[in-house]
Amino acid sequence: MSELRDDLKYSKEHEWVEVLGDNKVRIGITDFAQNSLGDIVFVEIPEVDDEVTADETMGSVESVKAVSDVYCPVSGKVVEVNGDLEDAPEKINEEPYGAGWMVVVELSDPSELDKLLSAQEYDAFTKEEE
Amino acid sequence: MSQALKRTPLFPLYEKYGAKIIDFGGWELPVQFTSILDEHKAVRERAGLFDVSHMGEVDVKGKDALAYIQKLVTNDVAKLVDGKALYSPMCYPDGGTVDDLLVYRYNEEHYLIVINAANIDKDVEWMKQNLEGEVTLENISPQVSQLALQGPLAEKVLQKLTDTDLSEIAFFHFKTDVNLNGIKGLVSRTGYTGEDGFEIYLSNEDAPKLWDIILEAGKDEEVLPCGLGARDTLRFEAKLPLYGQELSKDISPIEAGIGFFVKLDKGDFIGRDALALQKANGAPRKLVGIEMIERGIPRTHYPVYIGEELIGEVTTGTQSPTLKKNLGLALIKSEHAAIGTEVWVEIRNKKVKAEVVKSPFYKRGN
Repeated sequence: MSELRDDLKYSKEHEWVEVLGDNKVRIGITDFAQNSLGDIVFVEIPEVDDEVTADETMGSVESVKAVSDVYCPVSGKVVEVNGDLEDAPEKINEEPYGAGWMVVVELSDPSELDKLLSAQEYDAFTKEEE
Repeated sequence: MSQALKRTPLFPLYEKYGAKIIDFGGWELPVQFTSILDEHKAVRERAGLFDVSHMGEVDVKGKDALAYIQKLVTNDVAKLVDGKALYSPMCYPDGGTVDDLLVYRYNEEHYLIVINAANIDKDVEWMKQNLEGEVTLENISPQVSQLALQGPLAEKVLQKLTDTDLSEIAFFHFKTDVNLNGIKGLVSRTGYTGEDGFEIYLSNEDAPKLWDIILEAGKDEEVLPCGLGARDTLRFEAKLPLYGQELSKDISPIEAGIGFFVKLDKGDFIGRDALALQKANGAPRKLVGIEMIERGIPRTHYPVYIGEELIGEVTTGTQSPTLKKNLGLALIKSEHAAIGTEVWVEIRNKKVKAEVVKSPFYKRGN
């Protein structure tokens, strides 16, 4: 049911990672995640220059009903954040892989990318979870 | 040992309408069909249909039924006439709440009591323990389904299905054996959304049929099937308490701000002494509305502070779909309950500023 993009990498905590080059990646939450959460009404993300660590919380998304932590799939420094989400968190529901992106991180350990899942692997993982 | 989840007779229809199903106190129920926000809006502006068949029903009959129910609940059941219903807390001797419920009077010796799904076993046990006089109790929950059609267009939609003039059913009144497209049910003008609307009690066999019929009849009005998510946000905005959050064995109806439904002048009832004391002296805690000033959404059980002093906790909170504000209900020490008081809600280890505001957050206009 949920949409996947073959060019992205995925984490088991339901984040996607787009490799941008220049040692940078863009991060958001997956279509599966936004769909499970329902209407997202509130987002908390790190600020530019914040250090983030792989597998640790970097923020949260809240739907009408529930709060969910967002884990950072990689380590590094936040170089860009999607400021639009503060006023329009519903962009995550509408375009999880597009306008709903959350942060751009400059990687401190690019080898962490190897641990992430391919679209196919993530798809299999979510089917197990359902 | 895991217990099998219970299902209502509507369960087989959920998938067709796109429901997302959750475990709600041991029941497999739809949290939403399309989107909580869309469903919430539908009920505020048009109408929405809810499956609330998980609710419990107890049939109470006998010569002493009135005296018995009077002892059991805090509201004055003697005020009821045939075809009228009332809302009431049911309390323990210490004033804590067993449940909140509706009492329907068929006649002086016959009543229907509607209770919360999660409390059915506990309530029936409590009712049996306190049984007095010539009264018979029957838990008919397994045989009864309930649909709620709520919203400003509810009457218009339901009227298409019946010759009974629904405008004659006033708020908190009901009619039995109403013929809805060949299906018979008890129809009451009651609800849990803060809007006009009806609750329909009917047989399990007929419930799925009526569900489809109502949605078909409400096509032009864009009636939406609605889940428990919207039911919760709707009742929250209208400050209708939810047992387990605003009411519990540790929270009295006076504290929850529904002292209006505790009638001390009706004679003795369980919990009267404790509740009389709270009414006379003021309860130590009070349920207030709060609005976040800084960014954050208050959620159930988040602690509430003034400075370093813990003054209570949030009972329910969300971003109000109608008002788009981050709002909560909080049970706090009464001395801090004045409108305009600045309080701090602890959200993920951070104290975030909020303010005590007027509640209910939403009241329907005329």
